[in-house]
Amino acid sequence: MINLTINNKKICVKEETTILEAAKQNNILIPSLCYLEGVHKLGSCRVCVVEVEGAKNLQASCITPVSEGMVIRTNSDRVRRARKVLYELMLSDHPRDCLQCSRNQSCELQKLGELIQIEESRFEGEKSKDFTDATSPSIIRDNSKCILCRRCVTVCNEVQGVGILNSQFRGFATEISPSPELPLGSASCTYCGQCTTVCPVGALKEKDSTKTIWQALLDPDKTVIVQTAPAIRVALGEEFGCQPGTIVTGKMVSALKEMGFDYVFDTNFTADLTIMEEGTELLGRIVGSLHAGKVISNEQLEKTGFKPSDNVPVLPMITSCSPGWIKYIEHYYPEGISHLSTCKSPHMMLGALCKSYFAERINVAPKDMFVVSVMPCTAKKFEITRPEMVNNGVPNVDAVITTRELAKMIKDAGIHFMALPEGKTDHPLGLSSGAADIFGATGGVMEAALRTVYEIITGRELPFDKLHVLPIQGLERIKTAELTILEAKKEWAFLNGVTLKVATTSGFRGASILMDDIRKGESPYHFIEVMGCPGGCISGGGQPRPTNDEVRKKRIQAIYAEDEGKRLRKSHENPDIKSIYDEYLGKPLGHKSHELLHTTYTKRSKF
Amino acid sequence: MSQVIQKCGCRELSEVEKYALLEDVIEEYEGKESNLIQILHMSQAIFGFLPHEVQNFIAEKMDLPISKVSGVVTFYSFFSTKPKGEYTVRVCLGTACYVRGGKKILEKLKEHLGIDVGETTKDSKFTLEVMRCLGACGLAPVISINGKVYKRVNANKVHHILDKYNKGGV
Repeated sequence: MINLTINNKKICVKEETTILEAAKQNNILIPSLCYLEGVHKLGSCRVCVVEVEGAKNLQASCITPVSEGMVIRTNSDRVRRARKVLYELMLSDHPRDCLQCSRNQSCELQKLGELIQIEESRFEGEKSKDFTDATSPSIIRDNSKCILCRRCVTVCNEVQGVGILNSQFRGFATEISPSPELPLGSASCTYCGQCTTVCPVGALKEKDSTKTIWQALLDPDKTVIVQTAPAIRVALGEEFGCQPGTIVTGKMVSALKEMGFDYVFDTNFTADLTIMEEGTELLGRIVGSLHAGKVISNEQLEKTGFKPSDNVPVLPMITSCSPGWIKYIEHYYPEGISHLSTCKSPHMMLGALCKSYFAERINVAPKDMFVVSVMPCTAKKFEITRPEMVNNGVPNVDAVITTRELAKMIKDAGIHFMALPEGKTDHPLGLSSGAADIFGATGGVMEAALRTVYEIITGRELPFDKLHVLPIQGLERIKTAELTILEAKKEWAFLNGVTLKVATTSGFRGASILMDDIRKGESPYHFIEVMGCPGGCISGGGQPRPTNDEVRKKRIQAIYAEDEGKRLRKSHENPDIKSIYDEYLGKPLGHKSHELLHTTYTKRSKF
Repeated sequence: MSQVIQKCGCRELSEVEKYALLEDVIEEYEGKESNLIQILHMSQAIFGFLPHEVQNFIAEKMDLPISKVSGVVTFYSFFSTKPKGEYTVRVCLGTACYVRGGKKILEKLKEHLGIDVGETTKDSKFTLEVMRCLGACGLAPVISINGKVYKRVNANKVHHILDKYNKGGV
């Protein structure tokens, strides 16, 4: 332990603690800007400077470790003057259009100005950079607002391991970009949007899609349908002052109805449908590879409902719900795309069903429908532009907004969100099981799939407390589980004694480790779940700021609470899923499913 | 590395040969990230400058993000992303040269060549650059042309020096 003094207060902290952390642990406030707990400490903005006795210069407290006997002053006249000058210098190269900025009142630079009581701005001068990169369908980079804190650089390089954003040029000319000649839309960016969640100002944000939605809502000829992803309901409340992890499902539905959407459906419904399709696909790949290896006969294969094929199926199969992950594998592991499940992501499935099954039911032409997806994700804005996501000449989904954009629209509509009653989603694409809720958290898709697949094979429930597969949950990088099949149903008896091996990961660092194993032919798994953002969709690139591990854990807890609160916990027990197969789709992986619910992928280059 | 250098001097290489040479360079430096600056120096020696395509090639071969490679290229003033003239004229603006008239020399050169810092004359003969301290402060003010250092230059001497290069004989 280290003893030191901060502002005449004697304190004792662990070795290798920084001055900023030591102060925080002892309720001493040091204003800071670029520092991001657990993610980014670089000392680039220097707002957190303090006076250390014996040191000639002021020290950036976020990167200076404590030492025995240190005497620190965080609020001396010299420190106060220094941080004000630093702030004013930053302001001199920042467009001061705060009132019409999308980050007004959620801007960390603005908050800091209030915290350190800036009352003047003495420096006027040249602006270093004044261009906006709007080439990507997902993310806007407004360089004029960038304060060069480099949080996005850390998240892109260290956390996600992608490295699209880095510092270019030097000194006053410094900018953060993929390279001076490479706009974001041409870079091998996954559009995960994690950079937008850590940007303290309005320099990185999602591309606005709210205007086209308002237009559609005002158009009397359009039937406007909205769907919400599992992760929205546990995060949207934060935009209205709720604690992280507050569940606002009912209020969210009421708000959407009040905004004028004709139908409010739930992406959770197609999450259940994904389990039916993807679970069946997994079983098909497993029995197919046993058949190809001559472990089972034609007769045994056909008893499980699958047909013999010349193609040897590829294992492990990997989930395909996360569009950031899809773009990542297409760019960085293009040879691995055959491992991806062919299932479209749940919101694309719902869009496809709205404009086919539901359009027929309500007798509206698909072209007169406008489907909006509220997603925790920026990559989904790119996903809907993929040419594969079109059926019968109309795009499956017309617009994607993030959780943050939905909050803006609710405010814009003049709705008192917290006073809304608990609304209910519409029939027939609105009912879901708890298995669908957990799609929003890392490990959730895998658990949902296992709940169904295990029951198909054995006829029994997944043998775990509350149906949870605990080893694959949580924020660790890679989580694995094994499940040995015993006493399978008669037609699946050849699987007795087989151990199903699965892995889950969130964030591209973990994904690259698992993909490297596949590349080397050393992957022991049958099924892998990958979500592009650390923690899963609950902390996607479109979720409310800030997102840190504490917030992630609370949102995950809320997701599991929503799951456990439901009577229906398994996708295959959802009665509306049963009806849609009876009435329309036939069976999982059937002809209609293939046409509407499955897709193909594109090999892309890394450079 | 000496072998690699020797290969370039004799005649103008084709693009294919240049890239093959660059690949050898990267291999010689074992593709290590810590050797990136050296590799960029050699690449600039081969290509004369570092266009986006060359940076991309290096990024791909070294398995680095292009943003990192271009970050280094744009950070150091020695690296150029545009083609350079036959002769690179560098004016030292380090403290000693500056106080002894480096700035005036620069102004004179700009006027004489009709270009700004970082630019190349239309006939592709001269590129004008500035540098910070050559470590020859006793000879201040200095300029260098393709590595040859001229000492105690003054603004009026500038055109004499350039003339030698214009006539093609040094």
